[in-house]
Amino acid sequence: MSAIDLDFAKHSADSLFQRKRLFAFSIPVAIVLYFVYIFFAFDIAGLAGRINLNNAVTLASDSWSHKVHVTRDNRSGDVVYSVEGERKGTYPDGQRPDWVSGSEVTTIDLGRDHIVRYLPENRTEVEIPGFPLIEVQAEGRTLISNLPQELPDWISASNRRIAITTPEGRITLTGARSEVFNYFTGWELFWFTLDSPYYGQGITTILFGDRLDPTRSNIAGALSDWWNNPMWRHKDVAWAIGETILMAFLGTMGGAMIALPLAFLAAKRFSPVMVLRAATRRLFDFVRGVDALIWTVVLARAFGPGPLTGALAILITDTGTFGKIFSEALENVDQKQIEGISSTGAKPLQRYRFGVIPQVVPVLLAQILYFLESNTRSATIIGAITGGGIGLMLTQAIQTQKDWEEVAYYIVLIVIMVMFMDWFSGWLRGKLIGRKD
Amino acid sequence: MTDTTIGTAPHSLDSIQSSYMAQVQKRRLYGGLALMIFVILMVAGFNVADQRNAGGFWDGLHRIFDYPADVLSEAWEKRADLPALIVKYFPALIETINIAAVSTLFGAFGGLFLSLLGTRGLAKWPRLIPVFRRISDIMRAVPEIVIALVLIFVMGGGPVPAMIAIAIHTAGALGKMFSEVAENADLKPVEGLASTGATWSQRMLLGILPQVAPNYISYALLRFEINIRASAILGFVGAGGLGYELRNAMAWGPGRFDEAGAIFVLLFGTIVFFDQLSSRFRNRLTEGQGQ
Repeated sequence: MSAIDLDFAKHSADSLFQRKRLFAFSIPVAIVLYFVYIFFAFDIAGLAGRINLNNAVTLASDSWSHKVHVTRDNRSGDVVYSVEGERKGTYPDGQRPDWVSGSEVTTIDLGRDHIVRYLPENRTEVEIPGFPLIEVQAEGRTLISNLPQELPDWISASNRRIAITTPEGRITLTGARSEVFNYFTGWELFWFTLDSPYYGQGITTILFGDRLDPTRSNIAGALSDWWNNPMWRHKDVAWAIGETILMAFLGTMGGAMIALPLAFLAAKRFSPVMVLRAATRRLFDFVRGVDALIWTVVLARAFGPGPLTGALAILITDTGTFGKIFSEALENVDQKQIEGISSTGAKPLQRYRFGVIPQVVPVLLAQILYFLESNTRSATIIGAITGGGIGLMLTQAIQTQKDWEEVAYYIVLIVIMVMFMDWFSGWLRGKLIGRKD
Repeated sequence: MTDTTIGTAPHSLDSIQSSYMAQVQKRRLYGGLALMIFVILMVAGFNVADQRNAGGFWDGLHRIFDYPADVLSEAWEKRADLPALIVKYFPALIETINIAAVSTLFGAFGGLFLSLLGTRGLAKWPRLIPVFRRISDIMRAVPEIVIALVLIFVMGGGPVPAMIAIAIHTAGALGKMFSEVAENADLKPVEGLASTGATWSQRMLLGILPQVAPNYISYALLRFEINIRASAILGFVGAGGLGYELRNAMAWGPGRFDEAGAIFVLLFGTIVFFDQLSSRFRNRLTEGQGQ
């Protein structure tokens, strides 16, 4: 090799490296520039102003805790105790939490020497360590209190409303009523509501103890009270998860059943008519392109909200996707098996049955099972739009903006459901077509 | 299987035939049973879904095309406005595409780390492999809408909640696909680099990434297609973009169907366009590979 050749080779190698380096440099730069554009397009700077940190704190603390309301109606003087302030969680007459005592004077012990007293004639005393005793008198719609002018930031007061927030609980006083919120960790009433005889009983008492409800055996009664729990609605939740899985199942299987015969029409090897082939393929592209969102919207107009609409939306979208995948699988079929079958004098239908189907079934099954799992997720999302299944319950719980423990519960259930379907479809795939990745 | 019959003794042809027939019979029985269970599940499932739906299947079947026909006929009557409406909704479309693109980028970065840290032979901390795998499983299992709705409550509506929600799901999904590719990567370059004293990030960047880049980019493009659809859907629950406009246009009902029609057209066109574009790119990327 002469020196000139060597020089030339070196030069071209250099320029190649130069180009590669430029390329390697330009892609990160392009991405960074894009992020800068997004920073302004999405108004990230303004986001800091829009974020509601109070919401985030409420959400985070409410999702694993509950509060018990102690409410005094200032007109009648009645005191009501309820979990989360819901009617379904109200303590029955004559019962109340053990941190409340006294009959003439209702003393509420919030813990760590934070004490609230409901005195007769609509007077309220709040005792907080390190702060002078707060006395409030409600008269008509106004409040008279001994609070000083300079207030710490955990008290807000006007002559209509006083709100005190302590780490132990919250106190809200208005002319019409006095309310104390005491916070506890955990999901209260998850098993039984307060009106059930099984509330507060240990598992051994329920399993082996004496009958708590004379009309029912303990286990049957406890199961039925749990299943019909009006606060957590276990029955409805179970139905909703069933609906979501049903949507995914019907949609996936129905889509596959419709797509399989159509895929033969779209595969070059089995469908000699060009026009027919092209038409089928455009049909697949069309139903895929319209997308589950639009199908859901359209179908919800015809069938109303519910699981059937969701199932059909998944079915139609998946027919397109499956059609495309299946027809590609059919085009890659090995010709030799078909020839072998036809050499025995098999008719066309038999050739398909014994020459083609055995070859493509593993591919198709793998795809169908993969979609079953991914459609469980889609069904949750579609359910939120079209009104069915666990997706709807989740949206409703989020929209009420107070039942964050229910939201947390649904999220946990959804994650478990999707992971279960993932595991199940993998297991079924292993059983049906053998472990081969 | 039949090996035992053949292997033990030269039995007569009859016994082989009968045992074969017995097996075929058994197979058919199992196949038939499985088919029967499947059919029962489908029929029962359909009936349950039909009952729990607000409107019945057979009542609604003939009405499927009523709504599209209404929308299309109204849009056709006002077809002169269509270009103007498309221009009007174009920014929303850009927002939808941006959500998908940014979340795909973030998700791909996240998935890259999850996959490298969760693959045997590549992980920086081999003991933490199961941890990273579980993280990616959980991220994959959370539907986008869950995170989006919670974030909308905290941050208010807009593209950012949708972007974060889709990015988290994408990171989990790509993490799994990426690690399947990374498992098949040749480890020799990594060993070579390790012998020169390269750090973990250098080994990954120079030894693994060049091998897996075509497949990674191909998967990321596939994800981008999926994310465009997801970002349109999340818009529908208040996360901005085309989906949000679609919900508003639909809420107005008849009289504004031309707007809904324009959005349908935009959404359909975008999805088909990016599907085609990305499938062309992906074909080029994986050309000449055995996969």
